[in-house]
Amino acid sequence: MGSVGQVTPQAMSFAAPLELQSGASLRDYTLVYETYGTLNAAKDNAVLVCHALNASHHVAGTYANEPRSEGWWDNLVGPGKPLDTDRFFVIGVNNPGSCFGSTGPMSVDPATGRAWGADFPVVTVEDWVDAQARLMDRLGIGRLAAVIGGSLGGMQALSWSLRHPERLRLCVAVASAPNLSAQNIAFNEVARRAIVTDPDFHGGHFYAHGTLPRRGLRVARMIGHITYLSDDAMETKFGRRIQADGSLPVGVRNGELGYSTQEVEFEIESYLRHQGDKFSEYFDANTYLLITRALDYFDPAREHGGDLTRAFAAARCRFQVVSFTTDWRFSPARSREIVKALLDNRRDVSYAEIDAPHGHDAFLLDDARYHGVLRACFDRLAAEVSA
Amino acid sequence: MSDRKDIELIAELVPPGSRVLDLGCGDGELLAHLAATRGCSGYGVEIADANVLACTQRGVNVIQLNLEDGLAMFEDKSFDVVLQLDTMQHLRNTERMLRETARVGRIGIVSFPNFAHWPNRLRVATGRMPVTKALPYEWYDTPNIRVGTYADFEVLARKDGLRILDAFGLQDGAVVRRWPNLMASVAVFKFERG
Repeated sequence: MGSVGQVTPQAMSFAAPLELQSGASLRDYTLVYETYGTLNAAKDNAVLVCHALNASHHVAGTYANEPRSEGWWDNLVGPGKPLDTDRFFVIGVNNPGSCFGSTGPMSVDPATGRAWGADFPVVTVEDWVDAQARLMDRLGIGRLAAVIGGSLGGMQALSWSLRHPERLRLCVAVASAPNLSAQNIAFNEVARRAIVTDPDFHGGHFYAHGTLPRRGLRVARMIGHITYLSDDAMETKFGRRIQADGSLPVGVRNGELGYSTQEVEFEIESYLRHQGDKFSEYFDANTYLLITRALDYFDPAREHGGDLTRAFAAARCRFQVVSFTTDWRFSPARSREIVKALLDNRRDVSYAEIDAPHGHDAFLLDDARYHGVLRACFDRLAAEVSA
Repeated sequence: MSDRKDIELIAELVPPGSRVLDLGCGDGELLAHLAATRGCSGYGVEIADANVLACTQRGVNVIQLNLEDGLAMFEDKSFDVVLQLDTMQHLRNTERMLRETARVGRIGIVSFPNFAHWPNRLRVATGRMPVTKALPYEWYDTPNIRVGTYADFEVLARKDGLRILDAFGLQDGAVVRRWPNLMASVAVFKFERG
């Protein structure tokens, strides 16, 4: 198994306005994407990988002169890997509203000549899927072999099966849900409030003030991280261990309480602060608000009176649904709701419930059972297309 | 139910073109066989990771579930046939699963090791628990937590209002219709809700 090696992002610009669910439209936008492998002559071996909250089009491989820049799903995508780039043409797209190259709040609004900021239109999972479909049109791909995603990416894969049912053979939804629970929306709202109430946020127009709402982003990321890990995983990784103080000689602070209410005492605190700090340096606050809202809004059953079975009546493709037993953010019960709706509609569906200890984050990790199922799934798909 | 001949004999009970739910489907061999030879479609249900993987490799639809949690995911009469082969004896909620099988399928087909097969009776008569091809475990490590007989099932079926459409034993890859409770190591019942 190897890496796809060095990769270079590409960009595609669209002049025709994208009509959004909100009624607004996005015009003159650009999508940044990466591709791995080769599109075959029949153009039927393309697999679209949809990204979740904090990821991007950079799914696999590394960038030149950045050895530590592996794509976020590099353990899954590559030559000989479960999603084998020797057989499939794999596409990663950065969604509009993001902060990694595609048109988003940091881009210039052509109407004003200034950065969109908080005025960037609210985008939904459906809007992203429609934008991705337009990119497929431009790449000459009529029907995808598969659309795959984890978490929010899984929602996009599900949405593909409903909005463009004839345009994919297989939908793979990992650690996903048919909508967010009240608890999930609650976590998102706490994260948003942390950002919006940061004095450096300036109503979302902080670019003009030369500031960044880092504090808000840090807290938002800390909350997110707590929900991505299982209780057990956190216990194993950190437990109640006391943080060693790097400024003191070894052994002086180790294992001793500092009796401070504001300094880091426990390793878990140090970990969360570190994650928050890192995140606040590269992620855009407006994008965080937009993407958490897209999560909140996703609910394909809504226009069917809350009946998910009726919502999935539109689907035609085959489905592989995967969940992880310790994922309490998008629990197995939520994946089972998806499976039930598909069973009610007599769709071809397989469901794997992986007993992994890592919580929601498991979808990004390399678990033999999880990757085994995906490998089997893509092997079968490869036999059906000319891959 | 890995015996090829047994699989073929059970498959003959499934009407061609049926929509089938196979509870405890193992590696999906029977479902693949039903799809290939009788034009059936459907799903397997399995709890074991290795079997879920094997089904996926075969291209058999498989749902990873613990049958002890019931069949809430499946609507009433949503399948032509529900199979519960060599599975019942592993379940704590045997009777509930039998009722669930009859609820979800128009027809239910179950098979299980017949504890009253004559070698088992002999062995018990000598004071020891049987260890045979159909019951290959020692008493202390057996996953079979519900051991019953062909005759016991008839009583349970009557109690739960199931109408038996066909019943026979299996022994050495052949159907046993004469004294199946004595002469067969495996019991097979095809039934519907009465």
